[in-house]
Amino acid sequence: MLILECPCCGVKGEETEFHGGGEAHIKRFGPGSSEEEFHDYLFAKENPRGVHFERWRHVNGCGKWFHVARCTRTLEVFGSYSAQTTEPPQEIRDAITARRPGWRWREFS
Amino acid sequence: MSEAKSALPGARFDGIASVEEAGLNGMITLRGDLDDTALAKALREVTGCALPGPREVVMAGDKGAAWMSPDELLVMVPHGEAEAAVAALDAALGESHALAVNVSDARAVFDVRGSHAREVLGKLMPVDFSAAAFGPGQIRRSRMAQVPAAVWMTGEDAFRVVCFRSVAQYVFDLLKTAASEGGEVGLYA
Repeated sequence: MLILECPCCGVKGEETEFHGGGEAHIKRFGPGSSEEEFHDYLFAKENPRGVHFERWRHVNGCGKWFHVARCTRTLEVFGSYSAQTTEPPQEIRDAITARRPGWRWREFS
Repeated sequence: MSEAKSALPGARFDGIASVEEAGLNGMITLRGDLDDTALAKALREVTGCALPGPREVVMAGDKGAAWMSPDELLVMVPHGEAEAAVAALDAALGESHALAVNVSDARAVFDVRGSHAREVLGKLMPVDFSAAAFGPGQIRRSRMAQVPAAVWMTGEDAFRVVCFRSVAQYVFDLLKTAASEGGEVGLYA
């Protein structure tokens, strides 16, 4: 079970109070992009064993979206942060580095 | 106009805690920028309450306000005054980018009282209801079994539960089961 903290309302709740929204920091490729870009945008998702970034929604609480950094292997949660960003903030990266030195996820490390 | 009726008029159950439908309550959803001073002023004019901080509920007599999310408040007034309160909020908000809507009849309200009230709610919601973690002045939105619900304390061992009216019977049945005689767990004793 995951214990997540919503950065929007400050509630610490277990995962059934929230709803997962898939992989984080996806760049959208819509009309005008190449077939390959659109394909990758739709289907090429990360499936890591270890550090992962996801979007979550506080569906039974304040209703806001946010980001979570967690480990898919141990279910350890490294931290949650605002949805209004295109990359993980430095303090989240530092928190992950403290627990998983040398981690990499897409272009982030 | 037709006579307003609450979701389950007179519904009551007595077990290890009492569960009672709280009748008609005026509820207004107020959405806007909570840092906007016009919004705090409008709230004070209509309810006499100060702006509640995050996860707080503020009551002033039979009126009150609860913090629902970073851009939403639940304004509580007597049921008959809700329409007038919406009009007063609209007038006080003026040009501010905010929205007040009367949702009184979309909600069901229950009171759970008794020395085991914390336990009854703790059985149904993934929330720590120990006295150290949850007390008067706080509001918690979460789920109650399979539906969303909000809870705050109205006094010592007294909780108010708000859910959508469409699931009122479901929530009452849940509370009834959790409050059944012999259902004490003793976690918060």
